[in-house]
Amino acid sequence: MLNLLRKIRSVGRVAEPAPPAPAGAPPELAARTGALRGSAQVRCVDAGSCNGCEIEIGQAFGPVYDAERYGARIVASPRHADVLLVTGPVTRNMAEPLRRTYAAAAEPKLVIAVGDCAIDCGEFAGGYGVEGAVGDVAPVDLQVPGCPPEPAAIIEALRKVTGR
Amino acid sequence: MSANPVGVSFAVAGGFVLVAVIAALACPPRARAAAVGAFTAAGGAAGAVAGGFALAGHTWSAQAPDLLPLGGLYLRIDALAGVFVAVTGVVVAVAAIYGIGYFREHGSNRVVQAIWPCFALALLLVPIAASVSTLLYAWELMALTSLVLVCTGHGAETLSAGVWYAVLTHLGLVAVLAGLVWLAAATHTETFAGIAAASPGISPSVKGFVFVLVLAGFGSKAGMVPLHAWLPRAHPEAPSPVSAVMSAAMVNLGVYGLIRVGFDLLHGGSRWWWLTALLLGALSAVYGIIQAAVATDLKRLLAYSTVENLGLILLAVGAAGIFQDSGQPLLAALALAAGLLHAATHGAFKTLLFLGAGSVLHATGTRDLDELGGLRTRMPVTSALFALGAIGAAALPGGAGFPSEWLLLQSLIHGRAVPGATVLVMLPVAVGAVALSAGLAVATFVKAVGTGFLAKPRSLAADHAREAPVTMLAGMSLAGLGCAGFALVPGLAGPALGRAVAASGLAGGQVAGSEVAGRLTALGSALSPLLVVGAVVLAAVILRAALALVVRTPRRAAVLWDCGAPTLTARMEYTATSFAEPLQRVFDDVLAPESDLDVTPHEESAYLIERVAYARAVPDRIEHRLYLPVIHTVRRAGRAAGIVANGSVHRYLGYGFSAVIVLLVVLAAAR
Repeated sequence: MLNLLRKIRSVGRVAEPAPPAPAGAPPELAARTGALRGSAQVRCVDAGSCNGCEIEIGQAFGPVYDAERYGARIVASPRHADVLLVTGPVTRNMAEPLRRTYAAAAEPKLVIAVGDCAIDCGEFAGGYGVEGAVGDVAPVDLQVPGCPPEPAAIIEALRKVTGR
Repeated sequence: MSANPVGVSFAVAGGFVLVAVIAALACPPRARAAAVGAFTAAGGAAGAVAGGFALAGHTWSAQAPDLLPLGGLYLRIDALAGVFVAVTGVVVAVAAIYGIGYFREHGSNRVVQAIWPCFALALLLVPIAASVSTLLYAWELMALTSLVLVCTGHGAETLSAGVWYAVLTHLGLVAVLAGLVWLAAATHTETFAGIAAASPGISPSVKGFVFVLVLAGFGSKAGMVPLHAWLPRAHPEAPSPVSAVMSAAMVNLGVYGLIRVGFDLLHGGSRWWWLTALLLGALSAVYGIIQAAVATDLKRLLAYSTVENLGLILLAVGAAGIFQDSGQPLLAALALAAGLLHAATHGAFKTLLFLGAGSVLHATGTRDLDELGGLRTRMPVTSALFALGAIGAAALPGGAGFPSEWLLLQSLIHGRAVPGATVLVMLPVAVGAVALSAGLAVATFVKAVGTGFLAKPRSLAADHAREAPVTMLAGMSLAGLGCAGFALVPGLAGPALGRAVAASGLAGGQVAGSEVAGRLTALGSALSPLLVVGAVVLAAVILRAALALVVRTPRRAAVLWDCGAPTLTARMEYTATSFAEPLQRVFDDVLAPESDLDVTPHEESAYLIERVAYARAVPDRIEHRLYLPVIHTVRRAGRAAGIVANGSVHRYLGYGFSAVIVLLVVLAAAR
C-alpha cells in the first residue's frame, strides 16, 4: 500500500498536455450531443475486429492520453451508455448482438465507428463471415479512420461528442 | 341470570360442528365440500367469538362428572385459553372457507369430510379442558383426527409421513399422560383447580420429573428439536387446509400445554426447567430455519419455518420462567406476552403461507420450488398474498412477525438485570439465536417468493398455472387481513394479552399483566407501524409525482437487456437449490449435505467424459443420527425375537405352562 502511494508520488502525472479542442462538430451532431452536457458514457462493442482498434482504445483511456479528462467514460452495459464505440467489420454472429446493443442504449445513442473495418469492412470486405460495415447495421454518427486509428484520433472524435 | 356469552358461543360452535359432521355423512358428493366447509367455518367463527369474549375478561366453566368414563368432563376457559381458542377458531374458519374450493377439486371423501370438523372441535376443546382426563381425551381426539387427515393422500411418502406422525404423536401422548397422571396422583385430584391448589405441597423432584415428561410430550407436538421429525413429513403430505390448521393452530397447543402445566399448575418451579426450555427453543429456532433455508419443497420449507417459530415461542416461555424465578415479574410477563403474541401472529402468516402453497400445488401439481417460477403473472392474487405472508414470516418491519419478535428481543435484552452466571451466558445466546433465525428467515422467504413466484416458469406445469377458485382466494384474503392487522396495529392486542398473562398463573401476573397491557399499547403507538407504512407509501407516491413533473422525456419501451445473446431461458435462472447453495456451504457442518458426483468416462479415453450425474440431498441430520439408530435397533431386536416365537404350537403351550408354574411358585413364596 505504502509502496503504491510512493510510486504514485514519484511518477506523478504522465498525461500529455491537452491539445486544443477539435474544430467544431457538424451542426446536426452538435444538436444531439447538447443533452449530454459534456459527459458521455461509452460502451465499446467489438463487432468482429482484429483487436488492433481495441488496443488503441485502451491507450486512449490510459494515463497518457486520458480520455476521461474530456468527459468520456467507459461503462459496462449499454443500459448505462449514451455512446457506442464500435470496432471491426460486423460479422454474422455479432450483427444481432450489435442491433440489440443499439436498441438497449440510452438516447441520444451516438454511434462512433472506429477503424477502417468499421467504416467499410477494410481488409475483410467480401469475407464469407462478414455481414457488412457498422453503417449497414446501425446509423453511424462519427467515423475514425485508420488501421488502426491513433489514440489521438479516437480522442478527437470523443471530444467532438463531449464538446470539451 | 343472563346466559354467559362464552358458553353460548361454545355451544353454537359445537352445534355447527355437529351439523357439519351430519352434512358430511348425508350430503351428496357434489354439495358435500361446500356444506361441510360452510358449517365448519361457522363453527370456527363461533369458537373465535368465544375466545374473543374470554380475552375480553369473561370466564366460563362447565362440568359433567358422569359424561366421560374414568374422569368426567370438566371445561373452563380463561384469558390464557382464550388466546389459543381465538387463534384456533379464526384459523379453522379461514381454512374451512378455503377448503370448500380445495376439497371440491381434490376429492371430498365422506370420511375425510366428517373427520375435518371433528379435528376442528378437538382443537377448540384442548385449551378449555380443565381436568387431566378431559385434556387427555381432547388431546388424543386431536391426534387421531389429524392423523386420519394426514393419511388422506396416496403413495409411499404419505404412508411414511403417517407412520412417523402416529408414532411420535403417541410417544408424546405417553409422556404427557405419564406426567399428568403422576401429578394427579401426587395431588390426589385431577381437576386443574385442585392440582394448582395442592401442587406447592409435593416434592420438587416429583415436580421436576413431571415437568420433563410434560416438556417432552407437549414439545413433540410443538415441533421442538429433536422431537420435530414428524413435522416436516406430515405437514407437506396433509391436504393444504389441514396443513394450515396443523401448522398455525395445532402446534400452538403444545406451547399452551406447557404454559398451563408449568406456570398455572406447578407455579413456575426451578430455574433449570426454564433454562432447558429456553435452550431447546433456541436450538429449534436456529435448526428449523437453517433446514428451511435449504429446503426446495415449498411445504417442507414452511414446515421447518414452523419449527423455527415454535422454537421462538418456546424460547419466550423459557425466558418468562427464568425471569419469574429471578423475581422479575414484569420481565416475565413481557416475555410471555411476546410468546403469546408470536403464537397469534405466526398463526396468521403461516395460515396464509400454507394456503398459498396449497393454491400453488392446486394450480401446478408440484411443490418443488425448482420446478416453479413465473407464477406472478399467472396467479397474481395468490402471489401477492403469499408475498404478504412471507414478509410476515421474515419478521421484517411492516410484516406481521415483526412486533412479536421485537418484543421478545426487548424482554431478553432487559434481562441483563437478572443475577446468575448461567443466565448471564444464556440470555445473549438467546438474543443471538433470535437474531440469527430472523436473518435466515429473510433469506428463506426471499428464496420462496423469488424462485417460486418471480422470473420465468421452469416447467410446463408452472407455465400453465391458473389462478385458484374464488373460495380459496377468499380464505387466503381473510388470512391476509389478519396478517395486515398484526403488522399495522399490534397495539390493539395489548389489553387482551395483558389479561392472558394475568390468567397464566405467573407469580405477580395480575399486576404485571395490566402493566404489560399498557406497555404493549405504548409500544404499538411508539413503533406505530401504521404510521411508518403510511409514510412510506405517501413518500413513494410523492416521489413518483415529483419525478413525473421533473422528467419530461417520454417513457421508452425496450427489450430486456440480455447481453445481446439470443434469448434468456428459464435454465439460466437461479433455482431454489442454487440460491441456497452459499447458505448450505456456510452451514455445511450443521447440515452435512449429501452430494453424489458420478462421472462416466468414455470407453476409449479417460479424458473424454460420456456422462456426468450429480445428485444432492440435505437430509435432516438429527433424524438420521438420532432416530435411525433407534429404529434399526428395534428392528434387529424384533428379528431376534423371532427365535423365541417361531410359530410352533408346542412351544407356545410350553411357554404358557412354565408361566403358570413360575407364577404359582412366586405366589407361594410371597405368602
